[in-house]
Amino acid sequence: MIHSLFLVNASGDIFLEKHWKSVVSRSVCDYFFEAQERATEPENVPPVIPTPHHYLISVLRHRIYFVAVIQSEVPPLFVIEFLHRVVDTFQDYFGVCTEAAIKDNVVVVYELLEEMLDNGFPLATESNILKELIKPPTILRTMVNTITGSTNVGEQLPTGQLSVVPWRRTGVKYTNNEAYFDVVEEIDAIIDKSGSTITAEIQGVIDACVKLTGMPDLTLSFMNPRLLDDVSFHPCVRFKRWEAERILSFIPPDGNFRLLSYHVSSQNLVAIPVYVKHNITFREGSSQGRFDLTLGPKQTMGKAVESVLVSSQLPRGVLNANLNPSQGTYTFDPVTKLLSWDVGKINPQKLPSLKGTMSLQAGASKPDENPTINIQFKIQQMAISGLKVNRLDMYGEKYKPFKGIKYMTKAGKSVLQRMHIVNCK
Amino acid sequence: EVMLIPTRPRLFSVCRNEDLKEMLESSKESLKLEAMKRIVGLIAKGKNASELFPAVVKNVASKNIELKKLVYVYLVRYAEEQQDLALLSISTFQRALKDPNQFIRASALRVLSSIRVPIIVPIMMLAIKEAAADLSPYVRKTSAHAIQKLFSLDADQKEQLIEVIEKLLKDKSTLVAGSVVMAFEEVCPDRIDLIHKNYRKLCNLLVDVEEWGQVVIISMLTRYARTQFTSPWKEVRGQSGEVMKAFYESDSEEKKGHTEEKPYIMDPDHRLLLRNTKPLLQSRNTAVVMSVAQLYWHLAPKHEVSIVTKSLVRLLRSHREVQYIVLQNIATMSIQRKGMFEPFMKSFYVRSTDATHIKTLKLEILTNLANEANISTILREFQTYVKSQDKAFAAATIQAIGRCATNISEVTDTCLNGLVLLLSNRDETVVAESVVVIKKLLQTQPTQHSEIIKHMAKLFDNITVPMARASILWLIGEYCERVPKIAPDVLRKMAKSFTAEEDIVKLQTVNLAAKLYLTNSKQTKLLTQYILNLGKYDQNYDIRDRTRFIRQLIVPSEKSGALNKYARRILLAPKPAPVLESSFKDRDRFQLGTLSHSLNSKATGYQELSDWPAVAPDQSVRNVEIIEASGSDSEEESSESEKTSSDSGKSSSGSEQSSSESELEQKKKKKTKKVPQKKSKPTAADRYSEIPAVCWSLRVTTSSFGPVKTYELLHHMTGKGLAAKYHFPRQPCLYQPSMVAVQVILSNSSDHSLEEIHIGDRSPASLSIHCFNTIERLEPEASVTVSMGIDFSDSTQAANFQLCTKEDQFSVSIQPAVGELLMPSSMTEQDFCKEQGKLQGMNETSATITMETANASSQAISKQVLSVANVGVVSSSQNNFSRFAGRTVSSGALVLVSLELKESSTALLTINTEKTVMASMLLRDIKQALTQA
Repeated sequence: MIHSLFLVNASGDIFLEKHWKSVVSRSVCDYFFEAQERATEPENVPPVIPTPHHYLISVLRHRIYFVAVIQSEVPPLFVIEFLHRVVDTFQDYFGVCTEAAIKDNVVVVYELLEEMLDNGFPLATESNILKELIKPPTILRTMVNTITGSTNVGEQLPTGQLSVVPWRRTGVKYTNNEAYFDVVEEIDAIIDKSGSTITAEIQGVIDACVKLTGMPDLTLSFMNPRLLDDVSFHPCVRFKRWEAERILSFIPPDGNFRLLSYHVSSQNLVAIPVYVKHNITFREGSSQGRFDLTLGPKQTMGKAVESVLVSSQLPRGVLNANLNPSQGTYTFDPVTKLLSWDVGKINPQKLPSLKGTMSLQAGASKPDENPTINIQFKIQQMAISGLKVNRLDMYGEKYKPFKGIKYMTKAGKSVLQRMHIVNCK
Repeated sequence: EVMLIPTRPRLFSVCRNEDLKEMLESSKESLKLEAMKRIVGLIAKGKNASELFPAVVKNVASKNIELKKLVYVYLVRYAEEQQDLALLSISTFQRALKDPNQFIRASALRVLSSIRVPIIVPIMMLAIKEAAADLSPYVRKTSAHAIQKLFSLDADQKEQLIEVIEKLLKDKSTLVAGSVVMAFEEVCPDRIDLIHKNYRKLCNLLVDVEEWGQVVIISMLTRYARTQFTSPWKEVRGQSGEVMKAFYESDSEEKKGHTEEKPYIMDPDHRLLLRNTKPLLQSRNTAVVMSVAQLYWHLAPKHEVSIVTKSLVRLLRSHREVQYIVLQNIATMSIQRKGMFEPFMKSFYVRSTDATHIKTLKLEILTNLANEANISTILREFQTYVKSQDKAFAAATIQAIGRCATNISEVTDTCLNGLVLLLSNRDETVVAESVVVIKKLLQTQPTQHSEIIKHMAKLFDNITVPMARASILWLIGEYCERVPKIAPDVLRKMAKSFTAEEDIVKLQTVNLAAKLYLTNSKQTKLLTQYILNLGKYDQNYDIRDRTRFIRQLIVPSEKSGALNKYARRILLAPKPAPVLESSFKDRDRFQLGTLSHSLNSKATGYQELSDWPAVAPDQSVRNVEIIEASGSDSEEESSESEKTSSDSGKSSSGSEQSSSESELEQKKKKKTKKVPQKKSKPTAADRYSEIPAVCWSLRVTTSSFGPVKTYELLHHMTGKGLAAKYHFPRQPCLYQPSMVAVQVILSNSSDHSLEEIHIGDRSPASLSIHCFNTIERLEPEASVTVSMGIDFSDSTQAANFQLCTKEDQFSVSIQPAVGELLMPSSMTEQDFCKEQGKLQGMNETSATITMETANASSQAISKQVLSVANVGVVSSSQNNFSRFAGRTVSSGALVLVSLELKESSTALLTINTEKTVMASMLLRDIKQALTQA
């Protein structure tokens, strides 16, 4: 299936290659570079590129292109999903997935890639199993390895792959038995220029960190499972049980994993916890424009809105912006025209605002395109959908584990407010 | 010192490689490891490290696991380039294939099969066959992967590989299922017959298979289902009904009516597939969700397809690349089934943060979803898009508005007016795109457009995009009679700027000139002449051609004959309006979710989805028989098995626990039923020995069957009922050429059945034995013959191992007679004498013997010698000489036996070989055989 993999950085250099079948010359990437040159933004490179003898399927993450070379028909999502899994694994192993991290750990990277695919077909992609095969590097281990020449490779061979629960290794032992669950909800929305919501949706995940001895069998139930409209599970979750009782029943993998992703039914109206008021005006005959932005909280159940970051691509005609934030800091890049304002926490008593003037290119026509504002924020200890975990029970083991649950709401990839520029005479 | 090495500066790469070589040859493990790490770094960067091959390959047998792994990485990368040297490593892998640890066996097979060296094809073939019968499902999985590797290395092995695939398809392990189906798809996707018997099992295992395997199995089963079941789609059924009607037309009326009324009943197996794939829509793996979605699209009754919608929309929240592929598929689906996605319309609203190709796809889908009810919402949304900062996207939106306008006549005017407003937009691409779309719209609405054309003519001077200019010129030309004053003026301006225009604009100028000449020659005759003259000398031959053609057509002359009369009808014929339709319109000729669908062209290796058969093929082919050919009760059995399999289908879609339970239950049932079959059907290992040997050791004659002596391995008294006997079949051992083949007959003389008979610990530990497969169950009074291979390393030292049952372990040993450590070698008399000449002195052992008179004939001598030693007879020209040749099994050393008859039944027995110890023992054995009666 997957013939080769090339890692390409933003400047178009191949900094790693790996082949699972016969070697494919790196010149095949020329087709990719062509597409890269044509694309105005890095994201615009098409994910599937045909070449005379091969097909290139690529994903872009952390400003690195992972380009897979394919020789014949294969579901493209199969390859894309796998490439993302590779990135997740790297991130899991090295903390970050950057060119530097990959180069520093090239041997581990190679060992991982070797285990993850055999003849181009995925072999071991489960993090629990990989970590048994190849230990993740830590500063201490790297130092010890350099001095003693010992290895990253697991001494013992993994057992999980063969058991009934292939995602969990056997012989797990902890002195403190803990299970933490993070319910994280993300809002994606489009808001029109008058401030009314065009579309908004909530998607959530439950990320777990389970450190429990032995083979625990957990059940997790919700107070209001009806909220969950559409769900996808980690393979450990028993589907039948969910279908029948709306209870999550599972033998967890060891360590960190994503238990569940869900979508909250669209019938429920989503209230976006932040509102933006904007006023951008250009006057005929003047090269100055007025800029005025005010933020405020909305329906946050008394919880503070934190880490607020507002960014917007201003019209091309804007030369510079001279603004004055009531709190936080702002930057404006005159080349990309990107304005970003790091607001911080919103104080409901004193609403943050950003006011000032923008200068236009002399003689340039007034902008007639409408920019959008992208808002990012976080609210701790609240799931905006109102989802609540009822209880967590453990079977199969005798000890009493510590159980913890945390809620958080944040903006997803895009909470977009469309702006309207007023050009007055 | 170790710390210092990486920082030592190096100027030349040659120099560095010398360094690395030194490090690899050092005795320190840490240095070797460091060197290998750096070499892997070189490989990763794509630098050539092939010259280090000899130094690296030496470490292939290292005890250090990481070092070994890195050497494997290196080997797989460079073996193809360095074939001869790569062969040096093969024996290491062959040894590892016998390792008791399954992971070592698996990794040995992985590497061995990844070494793309054609010479080792037979070795790979054997290794695959053996691994396919391994006890460990992990090793079997690896063997399925190796099948594809071998196939790509040597396609001639196809038939043999299909045999292995057939066997692995029967495997019940969830670990193996995905990989073997992958091999099936690669090697023999057309052998649908291999799937029948495994269909229900695959359906039932599906939920528990690892996610990647699920994708492959689902796509294979989609293809399978389209060949085996009838269509669940009503309209298609109507067609097939008609076909049937035609078919039965000659028959009686009654029958015809009967066929028409026959309601559609879905094959239970078809239903099973749909039911068992549905839970996978909840998979976290986007590829799995997509593959289920395409399965429903291609196989489910129309009203059931919409259950996939929600899951597909969920995928849109995944990564950009996932969105791209999913949107492409939704675009194709939404053309045929608007209703499926309409409730989710807002999920396709474009966000300014989307990549351009995502935006365009969303536009495509929104346009597909547009209908009378929602068009106003969509148009309002489109209006914001037109003002987007991404101009390419704004242009695409204008195209989309054009499509909405043609599809929904209620809004055509509104759209047209909106587009006209855009003509005053400051952005050129927006204006240009609007012009092009307006042109298309006007063609579909040939009334009341003179105002718009006038408006466009006014804008003409400010528009610079060639396509837009050309479009306006065409419009003015086409409808010149409606704008009689403006048209000649535009032509006048064009005459001035003609030479500076782009080619498409020039062509349209020529067109405009021609049309005006025909309708208004009074005003435009001279202008037209002038433009035609300019065109005549243009650099572009298209323009020169067009000019020449137009001139002949419109300007009457003697030469221009009849065509001239029709010029008006040719140039000003009413033209059909262009159809604005989706670029995804015919995409559904490709199976959804495939690469071909994504590219909209057939990718290499794409398998067409066949049309539903009009009449379903035999359904019973999928029935699984548990007892093969056992007469009367087979039918009962098969129906029962069907029941069990569908039962387990229900339970296995639930938790993995319940499914594994039911699987276990099933296994138990099958185990008990399997036993009688054991006798008639040879075990896997036995079957192997029937396959003609693939021999890589030189010139070995197959065998010289002498009388077979059977030895006792385990007496039934000591074995608590288990008795074992063994003999040497004197065949080349298939598992490994250095092994001696041994056949063991196990019999159960107790009153209860024995379970799990297998080989346990062995001594010496280094002893390499190829064990027979575990015998799951041996009934009382039953016996079974199994093959094993033992590497005695050319010594008569006994091989000790444990023969185990579920409850007990028995130490047994096999002590080979020296003659069994040989294999026959065929050679001519000359060769024999030549080789004998080389093995003189210390390598020669001889004795004078007195033979029993009955043995004095040469035939009797041959018989006696062959009874003790596995050697070949060398035909002799001299009556008083008998010669035999053989080689030792392990090292392949020549062993030559010659017997010279003297008077009164004395003879001189000579043995020439490097293996002097063996020679003396062999001498003793032969002497004994010949001197006794």
